[in-house]
Order: sequence, then structure tokens, then C-alpha cells
Amino acid sequence: MTKIKLECHEANHICDKNQYKEANFWEKVKLTVHLIYCRACRKYTSRNTKLTKLVNNPKVDAMDRSAKEELNAAFEKELAKQQ
Amino acid sequence: MPKHVIDPNQWINLYSDYLFNYTITRVNDREVAKDLVQDTFVAGLKSMKNFKGEASERTWLISILKRKIIDYYRKINSNKGKAEVRMSYSGDESEGDWLEERVADPFDKTAEDTIENTELGMAIHDCLGKLPEKQAKVFKMKTLLNFETEAICNELDITASNLWVIIHRARTAMAACMEKNWF
Repeated sequence: MTKIKLECHEANHICDKNQYKEANFWEKVKLTVHLIYCRACRKYTSRNTKLTKLVNNPKVDAMDRSAKEELNAAFEKELAKQQ
Repeated sequence: MPKHVIDPNQWINLYSDYLFNYTITRVNDREVAKDLVQDTFVAGLKSMKNFKGEASERTWLISILKRKIIDYYRKINSNKGKAEVRMSYSGDESEGDWLEERVADPFDKTAEDTIENTELGMAIHDCLGKLPEKQAKVFKMKTLLNFETEAICNELDITASNLWVIIHRARTAMAACMEKNWF
């Protein structure tokens, strides 16, 4: 935990975690430092953040598991009837 | 043009989220949306022989779904709309919270916002559909359904670092795809 310089793949990993607010403070510091001098990771981070913003839009939705299972069960029944 | 084939066994897997997202932006109720999607699949199954293969399966299902949504609105309007007496106090002796009702609702979305959001949902699901199955699944669970990392790992029987690699690949692909289609 002592080194401050990150490899790019480590920086990307922290950036991914940060999109889900799972990076801790020290990791965020290291990421910020890395971004100061690494252009590629800056680019990755900005795209990643943009994606997060889009996906967190309230209108983007998916079915939860239980609903999907119910749907699947009902559909299987119909499918069996057809064949 | 290649002829499209129909394979109902894959429908749920491939299209349920896409159709659901399409519906939820139009009816605003998860339960209703779920029922409508289910109705659509059943209806699709019943009229499978009418599928000519001119459009893709998904387009065909969406066109059924559109009918279902219209039917749904017709139904709720015919039952409730007739019984309801709408009153407003526009006369001089108006009472009630008329002032509040006249103020523009700051949380009200403009039509443009809504349209944009609808299309955004579609665009994201389009891109999701292009990912390899496993990546799409993990990304969906993690990002859209907000599962805990551990829960996903247990369910799919993968390690945490495994999961983060999958997430990383999915995010890179999604970002590229959205950049192309959305911005």
C-alpha cells in the first residue's frame, strides 16, 4: 500500500470500481495522481464516467430476476402447449 | 436480404429486457410492463406462422408490443374515463389549491427529455445486445440491477477479480458502442 505510482491496468481497475463507488480513499488518491501524467487513462476515465452517467439515467431499466423467471415459466407453459 | 428465422426458445433471453425497457418508458408501471411483455411473447408464439421473415424477430415483436400497449391504454380509459367526473375551479369563486396547481412543476419532464430518455434506453439495450452473453449478463446485473459484487460472484460462480475483468471489457465495449451510436 506504500507505492503511489500505478500501472495503467491497476488504474483502470480502480476507475471501474469507482464507477460503482467501491474504490476507497487511498485508491482514489492514487488514481488521481496517475491521471495527472497518463493521457490514455484520462481518456478511459472520461469515457467510463460518461457511460456511467448514461446508464444511471432513471429511464434505463431492466427486468429483475424474479420477474424474468416468472415470465420464463409462463412462456414455457405456452410453448409446451404449442408443440 | 437474408431471410430471418424465428426461434421462440431464445426470445426471453434475447429480447425481454429490450421489450421491457420499451414498455416501461410508455406505461410507467413495472407490473403492467411485465404483463404486457408476457402477453407479447404469448401472442407472438400464437401467430408465429404469420411471421414472414421480412423483418427481424425483434422488430416483429416490437410491433406486436405496440398494439398491446395501445390496447392497454384503451382498456383503462374505457373503464375509468367514463365514470370519472372531471372538475376544475376556473370560475370566480374558485377554491382549493389553485395557486399550486398553476405553478409549473419543476420536476416535470419536458417532452424532449422523455423522448431522449426513451431512445437512450433503447440505445443502451442495443449495445448490450452486441456484447458477448456473459459480459452483457454481468454488466446488466452490476450496473442496471445494482447487485452486490459478492452476490454476482456467488451466482455465476466466478471470483471477484474475474468479475472486474469482465466488467472492464464490457464497459470498454459499451463506451465505444455508445460513443458511436449516441454522441
